[in-house]
Amino acid sequence: MKKLLYYLKPLFPRMAGGLSIKFLGTIVDLFIPSILAYMIDTVAPQRSIPLILAWGGVMLVCSLLALIFNVMANRMASSVARDTTRAIRQDLYDKITSLTCQQVDEVGIPSLISRITSDTYNIHSMVGMVQRIGIRAPILLLGSIIMTLLLDARLALVLLATIPFMAAVIFTITKKGVPLYGVLQQNVDRLVRVVRENATGIRVIKALSKTQYEKERFEKVNGEVTGQELKAGRVMSASGPSMNLLLNLGMTTVILTGAYLVNGGLSEPGAILAFANYFTIILNAVIAISRIFVNFSKGSASANRIAFVLDLPEDLQTLPPDHRDTDSHILFEQVSFSYLGQKNNLSNISFSLKRGETLGIIGATGCGKTTIVHLLMRLYDRDSGEIRINGDDVRSIPAEKLHTLFGVVFQNDVLFADTIAENISFGRQLAEDRLEDAICRAQAGEFIDSLPDRLQHELTIRGSNLSGGQKQRLLIARALAAHPEILILDDSSSALDYKTDAELRREIRENFAGVTSIIIAQRISSIMYADHILVLDNGRCIGYGTHDELMRDCSVYREISVSQMGDGAKGKTEEVLA
Amino acid sequence: MKGMPMMGGKGRGMQGGVPPKLRMKPSAILIRLWKYLFRFKGLLLLAALLTVSSNLLALVGPNLSGAAIDAISLGQGKVDFSSVFYYCGLMALFYALSAGLSYLLSVLMLHISQKVTFQMRRDLFNHLADLPVSYFDRHQTGDILSRISYDIDTVNTSLSNDFLQICTSIITVTGSFIMMARISPMLLPVFLVTVPISILLTRYRSKKVRPLFSIRSAKLGELNGYTEESISGQKTIKAYHQEETMQRRFAARNEEAVSAYYQAEYYAAANGPSVNFINNLSLSLISVLGTIFFLQGRLSLGNVSAFILHSRKFSGPINELANIYSELQSALAAAERVFRTMDEEPEPADDPDAVTLAHEKGEAEMRHVRFGYLPEKEIIHDLSLKAPGGNLTAIVGHTGAGKTTLINLLMRFYDLQGGEIAIDGRNIRKVTRASLRLGYAMVLQDTWLFSGTIYENIAYGRPNATMDDVISAAKAAHIHEYISALPEGYQTVLTEDGINISQGQKQLLTIARAMLLDANMLILDEATSNVDTRTEILIQGAMRKLMEGKTCFVIAHRLSTIQNADNILVVDDGDIVEQGRHDELLKKNGVYAALYYSQFQ
Repeated sequence: MKKLLYYLKPLFPRMAGGLSIKFLGTIVDLFIPSILAYMIDTVAPQRSIPLILAWGGVMLVCSLLALIFNVMANRMASSVARDTTRAIRQDLYDKITSLTCQQVDEVGIPSLISRITSDTYNIHSMVGMVQRIGIRAPILLLGSIIMTLLLDARLALVLLATIPFMAAVIFTITKKGVPLYGVLQQNVDRLVRVVRENATGIRVIKALSKTQYEKERFEKVNGEVTGQELKAGRVMSASGPSMNLLLNLGMTTVILTGAYLVNGGLSEPGAILAFANYFTIILNAVIAISRIFVNFSKGSASANRIAFVLDLPEDLQTLPPDHRDTDSHILFEQVSFSYLGQKNNLSNISFSLKRGETLGIIGATGCGKTTIVHLLMRLYDRDSGEIRINGDDVRSIPAEKLHTLFGVVFQNDVLFADTIAENISFGRQLAEDRLEDAICRAQAGEFIDSLPDRLQHELTIRGSNLSGGQKQRLLIARALAAHPEILILDDSSSALDYKTDAELRREIRENFAGVTSIIIAQRISSIMYADHILVLDNGRCIGYGTHDELMRDCSVYREISVSQMGDGAKGKTEEVLA
Repeated sequence: MKGMPMMGGKGRGMQGGVPPKLRMKPSAILIRLWKYLFRFKGLLLLAALLTVSSNLLALVGPNLSGAAIDAISLGQGKVDFSSVFYYCGLMALFYALSAGLSYLLSVLMLHISQKVTFQMRRDLFNHLADLPVSYFDRHQTGDILSRISYDIDTVNTSLSNDFLQICTSIITVTGSFIMMARISPMLLPVFLVTVPISILLTRYRSKKVRPLFSIRSAKLGELNGYTEESISGQKTIKAYHQEETMQRRFAARNEEAVSAYYQAEYYAAANGPSVNFINNLSLSLISVLGTIFFLQGRLSLGNVSAFILHSRKFSGPINELANIYSELQSALAAAERVFRTMDEEPEPADDPDAVTLAHEKGEAEMRHVRFGYLPEKEIIHDLSLKAPGGNLTAIVGHTGAGKTTLINLLMRFYDLQGGEIAIDGRNIRKVTRASLRLGYAMVLQDTWLFSGTIYENIAYGRPNATMDDVISAAKAAHIHEYISALPEGYQTVLTEDGINISQGQKQLLTIARAMLLDANMLILDEATSNVDTRTEILIQGAMRKLMEGKTCFVIAHRLSTIQNADNILVVDDGDIVEQGRHDELLKKNGVYAALYYSQFQ
């Protein structure tokens, strides 16, 4: 809630303006019945038709003014809601993009999505509604209370005695309601997750004929969402009736007190009658206020969820410069790391690459190959050891500088529903000849030429209109396009046939000579020509050297090699078939 | 922003980036909405009854207080205390009763609205689940999400509230109209002016406002789509340091979404006050006319004021109705998006006389198959192949040659444009999809796991699998050791984008999943592309066992893995250019031989 006020603060002048206009509109609106009363009580007996018409005209003017003021005020309220929401949503998105991978993993992508969507909607409707209803009602309330105080302070105080009770009701209900809506939003997160999984896994689901199962899974989470909404709603629903009851009981007490006062000659029956009239207005105002209650509680729960993300600490801050002269371009020294802080995913990894050299990494599934890349790019921070680029500790290089050094293709990397050109350029505004060059090098020329609109060809969602190999070529083109200092290919040629893969390696060798590369692969042929090869097993280095050295010294490497390449030139393989 | 191509620029038209034309008539939408409400007609009737009774109770309160005040009005020293106590006691009783009733009513309405929400969401999701694969290739996940959450919520916040409001309003309007007619039929013509004006105005406004609400829903959907897509690609965005680019693009979409929201509200904001204005207008007319009639001696002053009182009661609900009507516009716009999705063609129903495929022999045959994802762009031209039961067919070829497409066709994710596919001699169009697909076990390139425990993920294809089955499958896939090392073992919950598991391990899990399936045909689409060769060798035995006696289709790039195939199909540009066994193809010295030797260069 504090966060929300922070966003509303710059808009206070406009809110105040809207409030004043709404105030005027309300006042003018209230004039009309008074004019009416005046016409009937005073004007009519004068029997002057021009006078009657004149007062009719005044009423018309008041009606028009009320129209104009109210429309203006409503629009201003909407604009305040718009600007608040825009700012909050943008800041939230900005914050999310700046979160570290670790933080994203912790909150979870579905939850982040629902915070940026459904939670900001709640804020939007709350801010709008509170202004629209929350201004007129308090004006009426305040006005009527003042009138009752003027009429008979003693009776008014009796009525005002209900205020602490109402405050207690509001307090209790909000205190119960906000957390309930918080849980509701968590259930929404789960709903988002199930739908998202179904959209991405539709092929597997259909292949395994699990449609029915998925329907049941959704039904469960759907039931949880509506059930929680119901649970929260049951609490919130109590607010209107209970406040109504309190006020009415207050009024009953007023009449009782009034009876004694009148009997004692301390008050007039007429005062009680007038009191009753104002009471109706008070009652209506309170009912209106309790109507925005649900909105308000939902909004606060959402505001809390948004504030939680906004308040996450800035992780992975840039440390002060830490330079050590070295002739290596990339240096890993005794690096260890664990994602969950339990078992080490990497232990004591060391290697050093000079500019233009290539490192090949090979090893069993889950042995930590990708983790090395994550650490080098500082998507995560290593637990111990040193990682340096050009002698600088990666933690001391500002992110904008660090990340522009790389051209990278991750495993199962993402393509966006956009043109091929934009998917390669990826916001870096690269010139067209750069793109063409990268496409050619990435062996994507042939398939792109086969498309009628070439670079302007629109990819469908997740690039689903491309084959695995075509996707990889585009991703490689993206990595090459900006002529990076460091090229990282994480198992990104697995869907290419050998010939294309070989072509690609040749192109990189010939045209990107100064580029230091790290290539992770399952195929020996992809890395056997690398200057250094790192063989990983369970996060540990079990071999480091050139192909020939490893063939000689590293049994695991030899085993992999033989299984893939056959024993020498005979082309015979031990491996029969997977 | 200049010079920067907008992500999704043209493609978004599909998701409704252009102002969506209203294809559905509002009446049609309303009827469909009504059908949802009507399922709960019992509850609705109860709600209507409660509304009437709480309204009546609300009338009793003021009367009682009036009576109490009358008892006080006797003046100093003469107050009739026993009456005062009596009426005050009754008041307290009635107020408590009416509070109880109104609480009951709002809980009841909540029940109805949540039931409708639940139903609608379930219907939408169930329909989505039945849509063909291609729908998900065309629609952004975030946009689908937006329909399922935001749009349905919008429909229901207004729907259930509005229903009751309409009920109350109709009661009050009829009542006060009768009262007014009894007092002075002469003044009624005033409403002949103002009521049509307000109806016309509301209609005019709603015509203007509804498209704006449609745009609002569509824009929020787009924003959702973008959000989902970009947050999912977070690592890549970071790696290229494009956070700011993405933020700018988000800003543009955010701007569009909030502006669309504002635009809709901007016009809708005028609705309430305008109708209020018309009410005030009628009030002015009545008071002027009324006083004139009074001057002419046709009405008493008391009648005029009574008429005015009733006319206020009459116009209050009309005002309310107009507000509801504008609120309904947003519901209509949202409902349209929901219904339109529900109207998407599902996978065509199984043939009426479709049989359950028994997969006895597991013999697959393709005859003169023609296919393209877009009808005008044929990818597969006249392809024929035969895979006898228990045979291993390997499919090789350049990327984009149509290998994965063949799998899509075998599983009938897409329907052919020409020719036919037969399993055990039966055209697959003549068998139920479920039985066809269940006959296959498959491991795909995309390693899809859902958020659930490892156990649930492995047992996904065979829900009655015991823990022992799961463990032996995991052992065969050589992932058991890894799983056992996790603190929670098989009960470890995989989060969708979990860090604790690598791509390769994911693939091993999907292989374990396939091992549990009781299918006699097997599809391996680059099944081990993310698994290292050593592990691959380790799981070979299990894979061989998995393949035993099954008709297998294998797509692989590591040619070493398919040398034993009974038949190798070399696909190029949608045609089979070569087929035969490994040795035969090598001898031919054609495309296959070139592909094969390239791996040693």
